[in-house]
Amino acid sequence: MDTNQYLSMFIDESREHLQAMNDNMLALENAPDDIGIVQNMFRSAHTLKGMSATMGFEDIASLTHEMENVLDLVRNGKLKVEDYTFETIFQSLDALEAMVSDIVDGGTGKSDVSSIVTDLKAIVNGTYGKAGNRKAGAAGQSDGTPGGAAAAGGSVRDLLDEYQSSVLQQSLESGHRAYRISVAIRKDCVLKAVRAYMVFDALGRLGEVIKSAPSTEDIEADRFDYEFTLVFLSASEGAEIEAAINGVSEIERATVQPITAEDLAGADSSAAAEAAAGTAAPEAPAMAQPQAATAAPAAPRAGAPAAAKAAGAAATRTIRVDIEKLDTLMNLFSEMLIDRVRLESLAGEIKRADLIETVEHMGRVSSDLQGVVMKLRMMPVESVFNRFPRMVRDVAKSLGKKVDLVITGADTELDRTVVDEIGDPLVHLLRNSVDHGIESIEERVKAGKPETGTVHLRAFHSGNHVFIEAEDDGKGINRDVVLKRAVKNGIVTKEQGDAMSDEAVYMLLFASGFSTAEVISDISGRGVGLDVVKSKIESLGGRVSVTSTLGKGSKFSIQLPLTLSIIMAMMVKLGGEKYAIPLSSIVETMILRKEDIRNVHGNRMFDYRSSVVPLVSLSKLFDVPDYSDEGEDETEVVIVRKGDRIAGLAVDELIGQQEIVLKALGKYLNRVFAVSGATILGDGQVALILDTNALIK
Amino acid sequence: MAADTKTIVFSIGTEEYGIEVEHVKTIERMMPMTRVPKTPPFVKGVVNLRGVVVPVIHLASRFGLPENEPTENSRIVMVSVGDLEVGFIVDSANDVIDVNADRIEEPPEVVGGIRAKYLRGIAKVGENRLLVMLNLSEVLNKSEIIQLEQMED
Repeated sequence: MDTNQYLSMFIDESREHLQAMNDNMLALENAPDDIGIVQNMFRSAHTLKGMSATMGFEDIASLTHEMENVLDLVRNGKLKVEDYTFETIFQSLDALEAMVSDIVDGGTGKSDVSSIVTDLKAIVNGTYGKAGNRKAGAAGQSDGTPGGAAAAGGSVRDLLDEYQSSVLQQSLESGHRAYRISVAIRKDCVLKAVRAYMVFDALGRLGEVIKSAPSTEDIEADRFDYEFTLVFLSASEGAEIEAAINGVSEIERATVQPITAEDLAGADSSAAAEAAAGTAAPEAPAMAQPQAATAAPAAPRAGAPAAAKAAGAAATRTIRVDIEKLDTLMNLFSEMLIDRVRLESLAGEIKRADLIETVEHMGRVSSDLQGVVMKLRMMPVESVFNRFPRMVRDVAKSLGKKVDLVITGADTELDRTVVDEIGDPLVHLLRNSVDHGIESIEERVKAGKPETGTVHLRAFHSGNHVFIEAEDDGKGINRDVVLKRAVKNGIVTKEQGDAMSDEAVYMLLFASGFSTAEVISDISGRGVGLDVVKSKIESLGGRVSVTSTLGKGSKFSIQLPLTLSIIMAMMVKLGGEKYAIPLSSIVETMILRKEDIRNVHGNRMFDYRSSVVPLVSLSKLFDVPDYSDEGEDETEVVIVRKGDRIAGLAVDELIGQQEIVLKALGKYLNRVFAVSGATILGDGQVALILDTNALIK
Repeated sequence: MAADTKTIVFSIGTEEYGIEVEHVKTIERMMPMTRVPKTPPFVKGVVNLRGVVVPVIHLASRFGLPENEPTENSRIVMVSVGDLEVGFIVDSANDVIDVNADRIEEPPEVVGGIRAKYLRGIAKVGENRLLVMLNLSEVLNKSEIIQLEQMED
């Protein structure tokens, strides 16, 4: 089967299942007795196993298979979840994630998972040494123990675990026939595994092997002693089965005994089972279709995941769309917006009523359309946030700390491209909070704080921005320590440092090559610092800031634009040049008379709502050739804001509000002072977009 | 005998220059340009090249040569090197010719005032024609941009 076309679906779904399992594991840690959680995990593991086997990712399939075995024991109450069980399952999840990532990167998803598989098997064995094996695809469960020849002589009860027995019982009750088959291969047989395979093959045509002892894997690997025992479901008569097995050469003997409900009830000893061998097959009604026998045992197990899937599908009816297609849609749409603006200005010139009407209608339709396109690109930050509980747990554990991660606003939506990029920076910030922010348990107790530290991860909308905050209740940032380190690392001089505000000092944490960790722990000191966080956020058009109170904790705040492609802007004119100022940073516009402007230390200032704010001359700052605001009696001013700081920008003329499509200036001009990008106006001209944040010091 | 490379020939002042055709996207007539403040003087601004904003630099000015006033013959040669896309203003775009790699010689230290690092070599074409082959990655070297970043501090 060509599975390539399903690959992206496989990847998406695997990730969903892995995430679900991670979440469930964390939930299970808090509520170890909740079997419902284990059920969910089991379903995820099972689905993942099936998917990966179909796609040919054998290592993933075999690992999930072992996980499934462990989970199955847990959900049946046969295994108590211990710490090492958690660790092993977490390890398995990590390994699975790595394998899925490998597939994403174009790899084959192969990985040596034998040690984890061994661990998982050991968990299964340790509790249930006699748990046998199963044939892949059948109803069987706990894989793992090489049953050995000893098991071959045991009763049916010994062969099957409770679950399998109950499945078998059900099939018997619904009129199917079950047999216990022992096969002995001649001692002089050279390739006994091959003979065994031929037996399986012959049986496969008549029904379904639901159990074999030793396991099929062991038999295939020649790890058995000329004899094996099978539990077999079939519509055929015992004699027919026997004949089929004897059709294989080099078979010493094959005994086929019907399994009765009494065998399964457990009252019978193995002797009774032997006795039953001679009796005829129980009067089971003939089955309409031979396949029904195989379908029946599979049903109870396949039913659950299928039902879960159906329920999920009903809750959110979605389709997956390639993000590239969305990007193309977005680009095409931006082109159309440019044309719309062009049409609007043409209609304004031509002044024909029906043309204006049509253009207006088109404007309304396209802004609705824009809303839809934008929404298509929006996704909740949840998809990023949901991996953090696990990460924080691991980091805290490895550092011997107790940390609660409290997530709020996970449903906050952000542009897909931003969501994709924001993960790594947040990982850094959260690790930083847990590693450097939260104190050790002893320190916390000494400081009169609860043993468990709390890290809040919040996301919320504010205006045209999304804020993401990571706040901890740890020891806070020590200004002196940071400064000392910064001076030592040559980032600032001592004099510069002394003059800095606390916040500016905290921002030194984001300078490249900076680390305050006295001891390089497992978590930090891997050569990746907060400077990477800062540059990443800034490349997304966002900002990072830090506030902190010594002894109380620190807060890292990231401000991000909602979207990266279309914004509302105020168009302004400076002589012959046009600039766009994003509406998100504008407070209001006003006209300032010459006499309202004051000079303070050579800087022009004016009164704005009972505070004195600086007036920035854009024409002077940008060396505009054909305009200067200096001589004007009345100056148009755009009041802009950066955080709580405000400034006025003196412009020549306000053109009006307009939707603009953000275009990059290109790599060659990627960092131009106070310019965040460009846009193409209706007349085809390029206008620069001001980065007002750079204008407010 | 090394292979021939198709080369776009353009001129600045009296010199003729060459860029391999695979780096040249299009050759445009002069078009309205939007000045970008606080950029080096050789960055003339940005243009709208069919929906994409492309920076344009004056090649002569980039080499520290005197800038000629744009004329009817002036062209913008749109080049792309790696992920950089830039337009070069040149005095005229003349020709497309085959240049054999064997005929490219090491550049002399100074060619018409241009520093050698911008040059890949001098190609002899025909009997008496010298073509200055540009080293585009040096011409588009971002050290100038870094200087620019320092200007803002």
